[in-house]
Amino acid sequence: MDKYLNKKLLVLSLLLGIAVFFGLAQGSVRIPLNELLLKDNQVIFNLRLLRILAAILVGSGLAVAGIVLQAILRNPLAEPYLLGTSSGAGLAAVIAVILGVSRIYMPLAAFLGAVASIILVYALASERKKIADKSLILSGVIISIAFSSIIVFLVSLFGNQAMHEMNWWLWGSLQVYDWQLVLLVAIPVILGIGVIYIFAQDLNAIQLGEEEALHLGIDTQNVKNILIIIAALITASLICICGIIGFVGLIVPHMMRQAVGSNHKALIPVTCLAAAIFMVVCDIVSRTLFAPVEIPIGVITAIIGAPIFIILLKRSQRIR
Amino acid sequence: MKPLLRIDNLSAGYYNEDIIKGVSLDVQAGDFMGIIGPNGSGKTTLLRLCSKILRPRQGRIYFSEKDIFTMELKEFCRQVAFVSQDISTDLSFSVMEMVLMGRIPHLKRLQFETKKDTEICERALTLTGSAELKEKMLNELSAGERQRAIIARALAQEPVLLLLDEPTAHLDIGHQIQVMDLLKKLNHQDNLTIVMILHDLNLASAYCNRICLLDNGNIFKEGQAEGVLTYKNIEAVYKTVVLVNTNPVTGRPNVVLVPKEL
Repeated sequence: MDKYLNKKLLVLSLLLGIAVFFGLAQGSVRIPLNELLLKDNQVIFNLRLLRILAAILVGSGLAVAGIVLQAILRNPLAEPYLLGTSSGAGLAAVIAVILGVSRIYMPLAAFLGAVASIILVYALASERKKIADKSLILSGVIISIAFSSIIVFLVSLFGNQAMHEMNWWLWGSLQVYDWQLVLLVAIPVILGIGVIYIFAQDLNAIQLGEEEALHLGIDTQNVKNILIIIAALITASLICICGIIGFVGLIVPHMMRQAVGSNHKALIPVTCLAAAIFMVVCDIVSRTLFAPVEIPIGVITAIIGAPIFIILLKRSQRIR
Repeated sequence: MKPLLRIDNLSAGYYNEDIIKGVSLDVQAGDFMGIIGPNGSGKTTLLRLCSKILRPRQGRIYFSEKDIFTMELKEFCRQVAFVSQDISTDLSFSVMEMVLMGRIPHLKRLQFETKKDTEICERALTLTGSAELKEKMLNELSAGERQRAIIARALAQEPVLLLLDEPTAHLDIGHQIQVMDLLKKLNHQDNLTIVMILHDLNLASAYCNRICLLDNGNIFKEGQAEGVLTYKNIEAVYKTVVLVNTNPVTGRPNVVLVPKEL
């Protein structure tokens, strides 16, 4: 394993600390840091802190979910929403809005929608208890398209109200005000990341090929099922608090793979930290760039993410 | 003597078609067995069955008198290792990281590698002459170096039986001999039992103490090189004319190809 891994982790932790500091200091209302700590401003401080914690959770969770799908499907372009989770959650949310369900239950509706779409995609892809990688990707794409069109259909029927509610889903948002919800989501996300880390060596072997992994004593089918479901649950939980945030699950794992290699024992912790930094920074940009107007975070991750991705892609092509 | 690997009346294939049709074969501990035969004769299918990748439609395989299909996968992989032709190279693993994967069957779910595991891997690297490649990345290696690293990973499993699917397929003759010599050494010194698929009849002749000639899912002939590699057998199975003389160094049969057009 990487000899400098501990140093890299230390540097990333320091960077995360700095990002968190700036995240606390910056906001749509400008308050000097020494005043922010005063009792009068405690509400603002708490809100900012909650937002930053949500950003860290979302970044790490989505990036690790991305890593799992990329390794298992042996496809660097796999991303956390591949299994139709985003459109499933979106559809459930729209239906909930139309039915006039209270806002408090929106996260629950989104979660259930995401889980339902995962089950549907899985059922479509499985054949005699086996899941072929290609059919999983294909059924994920098909379900996504089908659900998205139903969303558009419903929104055009029921008009503006649903449309307005939908916007933050589609481009993501870290505007969370509910400590309990964030803590509730944190449990499956943190546990999920932990379990995935336990399977790090299995992911390494599966990357060499499914039969190679079997030759090394890994019950490939079983491990794949467990890990895909965990990744999907992490994604589904995060959708409840942040909607759909693209790119972070794709680009951060890709960057870190170039930095520390394919070994998941190093890749998972490094990516967790890097993705947390990435999200906290993107959140700061989204809050401050056109303050007090907040730009959807998904727009920022895409605007920052796409150029980095292109540069990395071009560079790796040149090396080959 | 009880055989290490006993294949008993095995039939298997994909979908409804049988590729292996009622094969029975015993491999003794210490054997260096070569499986030869034309394309589509069932060599790879037979090896996939022996490594528990594929399940038979009929018949059994016993390893040390235990039915391998009821054995726990990790327990099986602690004793039987598999070496494939090559592995994907677009992954950035170092040689050591890859060799360490050979320890997976020895580790429990929540166990990480200890110093002992690292030592076993280092010994495997030394044995295969790839100790100096330890820190290199897989995509920096030549095909021959990579094959030695894959064999080192198999040795890290500390197997009793090594199965190989044409490990010399992508190698030039120098590296072919290097890999075969390495396997012979492991067979001699560590009494490692070897079953390997080979395309090159002369490599099989020079290194294997037993050769199994497959034809259309059946064993056409099995035994020592002298009995199997006769021009009659080869012509019957490969449908091509050959000459067989003797390799002056090994004293074993040497198959000479005869072009039809000169």
